[in-house]
Amino acid sequence: MSPSFQETVSSLLARRLGGDAENRATSVFAFDQAGFVRGTFFLVLLLVMACVPTSAQAARVGDVVETGVVQQAIRFFTLRDPSVRYALLGAVLIGVSTGLLGSFIVVRRMAMAGDALSHAVLPGVALGFLWNMSKDPLAIFVGATLAGLLGTAFVSWITSTTRIKEDAALGMVLAGFFSIGLCLMSMIQGLPTGNKSGINSFIFGQAAAIGPTDLKLMAIVTVGAVLGVALFYRQLLVTSFDPGFARASGLPVRWVHHGLMLFLAFAVVIALQAVGVVLVSALLIIPAATAYLLTDRMHRMLAIAVAAGVAAGVAGSFVSFLAPALPTGPFIVLASASLFGVAFLFSPRQGLLLRWWHQRSRNARVACENTLKAIYHLSEAHGFKGEGALVRELAERRRSTLEEELVRIRSLVAAGWATLSDDRAVVYPTPGGWQRASEIVRNHRLWELYLTHAAQISPDHVHEDAEKIEHVLGEELVRELERRLQFATVDPHGKAIPAIGEIRGTAPSRGDTTIGFRRSGP
Amino acid sequence: MNELVPAFDFQRVFVTPWASDFQGNIWVVLMGFFAITACGLVGQYLVLRRMALVGDAISHSVLPGIVIAFLLLKSRSSGAMFVGALFAAVLTTVLIEFIQKKSRVKQDAAIGIVFTSLFALGVIMVSLFTSQIDLDLDCVLHGEIVNVPLEFPFVQIAGFKLGPASVVRMAVVSVITAVLLMVFYRQLLVSSFDPGLAGSLGVNASVVHYALMGWLSVVVVSCFDSVGAILVVAMLILPATTASMVTDRLPWALASVPLQALLSALGGFHLATWLNCAIAPAMVVASCGLFALAWVFGPVDGQLAKRRRRRANSLPETVLDPVSGKT
Repeated sequence: MSPSFQETVSSLLARRLGGDAENRATSVFAFDQAGFVRGTFFLVLLLVMACVPTSAQAARVGDVVETGVVQQAIRFFTLRDPSVRYALLGAVLIGVSTGLLGSFIVVRRMAMAGDALSHAVLPGVALGFLWNMSKDPLAIFVGATLAGLLGTAFVSWITSTTRIKEDAALGMVLAGFFSIGLCLMSMIQGLPTGNKSGINSFIFGQAAAIGPTDLKLMAIVTVGAVLGVALFYRQLLVTSFDPGFARASGLPVRWVHHGLMLFLAFAVVIALQAVGVVLVSALLIIPAATAYLLTDRMHRMLAIAVAAGVAAGVAGSFVSFLAPALPTGPFIVLASASLFGVAFLFSPRQGLLLRWWHQRSRNARVACENTLKAIYHLSEAHGFKGEGALVRELAERRRSTLEEELVRIRSLVAAGWATLSDDRAVVYPTPGGWQRASEIVRNHRLWELYLTHAAQISPDHVHEDAEKIEHVLGEELVRELERRLQFATVDPHGKAIPAIGEIRGTAPSRGDTTIGFRRSGP
Repeated sequence: MNELVPAFDFQRVFVTPWASDFQGNIWVVLMGFFAITACGLVGQYLVLRRMALVGDAISHSVLPGIVIAFLLLKSRSSGAMFVGALFAAVLTTVLIEFIQKKSRVKQDAAIGIVFTSLFALGVIMVSLFTSQIDLDLDCVLHGEIVNVPLEFPFVQIAGFKLGPASVVRMAVVSVITAVLLMVFYRQLLVSSFDPGLAGSLGVNASVVHYALMGWLSVVVVSCFDSVGAILVVAMLILPATTASMVTDRLPWALASVPLQALLSALGGFHLATWLNCAIAPAMVVASCGLFALAWVFGPVDGQLAKRRRRRANSLPETVLDPVSGKT
């Protein structure tokens, strides 16, 4: 079981508080300086590439007419058209900023606050458009940011002055602001003057409509977000995972929160053109949740979230390039949702399939070990005479049919722990199998003894518990048990506990093994 | 700016709509009234159970259900829509719980992932199959309540013309909602406030939960093509929060919903007439206005009442002597 984020961080914090292991703690908090520099360099390079003036510029990606998906794909990925470069670079920048900030939203459990914020920007978009009756990116940026921040302010204002809970307040603000925005939008549509084209693309997104001014804003916000996260990484981390500790150590928790919300509003607003108001919250949540499934470390989570966001954005802008009439936002969301699905199923530690597989193999191992144990018991009942065990007796002992028993024995044979005689009547454990059987029996009996001895549980109640624990006791724990039980040889039911020497087969006699066993008792 | 906000003209805003086209406009207002009533009644319990955002999620994710039902059954009958939406709503709840249980993703993020993905799927299908399904993105966004009076022929029962199909459907849904809430009042009340007590009284809280979710999806679908996916959220939550500013008692809060619905529908309709904007969002804006009023003036949780109470509680000028009882 891997420790959760909170546990990891708070244990590290506790160590920090104690003053020892300072180095280890800082190594977790330390931002990957080299990677950061490399990333920034890459970003700047891309920016320069996009801003190089080219003679023939297609006004919009959609203007490019070409047949065949493959040709289109070649054209898209060779970045021949400046508009493709805009769309692609826009997607990259959006992926970086939303991935970074979304990660903090997800670990702070503020996903729905991100949703409310992203819906609340709509009236600001409309007002920004009204500023000079055109799709001026700067005016829309300012208006939308202000509206988003006003929305978040309203949420905290409502929850602090009334008994309305946060979820209801978020829902109210989300839908209320959104309806005001829709009213304004429909009023703008009804106006006789003004260049109204493109205003609707803010609702479901149109990556192809990203222009140079949009791109500059995106670049500024993204660089700001990267710098902000890099500079205040520790503060963000501590306030996210342990607000109590952060407050106690004098960090400005509220200011960190406000700063994060401000950058969140910026990130949402720059993503509007590509993803749209309705679905931009998905871009905050889904890539970050994907990363959350894949790693336990915050800096890696940030990197993975950025990568997932960028990949989804690129996929979305490619679709937008292929089919300019379709809205981009939903495709970006579906792309990131499929990434999440893959992580959900195949993540190394959290993945559904792998966990299912581990559980299956664990169950198979336990079944094999139980069969081995039965063989040991049978052999013990016969006074350890003869080499194998009769399958018939085994079946009788375990109250199962001959066929069931043979199935179990075959999986034992497949695991290399036993061989079956040609007439299928006798099963012979291999040396490894016999060793494992003895270990299991020893674990079982030691644990029974420990429970009766140390926990004062009566001998007829200890069997069930020992049945479970015998499969998971590790080598070190068994040593510890032996030591505490003073190397006892008989379990509470009067049966002999197999000694280590017998198990290893190296069989020095009891009492003079290298790790200092002493026979206890008479 | 003058173009944007026309001068307020009482005659044009309040008289002309009713004088010139009473037949058309009454259906629009009635549709809004019934939609807000049904949503508001169900929404009371969503807010009480702190499930406002689950309502948000379901109202978004019914979209792919509706579209698939359209495409498969090739009909725009209410039955197909209800089935599709019910399916989508159940899928949403199950997926959210699945993600939450089978990974360490928390509930808020799980909600955010599921409903945005399903909604995105729905939007893509709508834009791909617009011609086949008689729905478009505008409709998904803010509904087309204006089209309600254009639905012909009107529903007839025993030769008596009742009205446009969607209004009749919405009215039936609202009445059934009210009846269901009355019949199951006790079960809903106890399972919302105290699930533990509900269990000991023989009320199965999870059955109540899923029944509420199922009925929520029915309500959401029946007003979907008039008010769209997102405004429904406001209609679910706002009446409940407004009522909580005004009263402490659940029966009064429920009873206030039709009144609020009437005020919002009428107010929104006239607001839209004045400003020339879409009607359904204007109704929600009117609801927000009601909330703002209640927030300031509400007798129970309103700001003025609170301030008065605080002043009354803080250091009275004459201090009662606890021993003698004199001042």
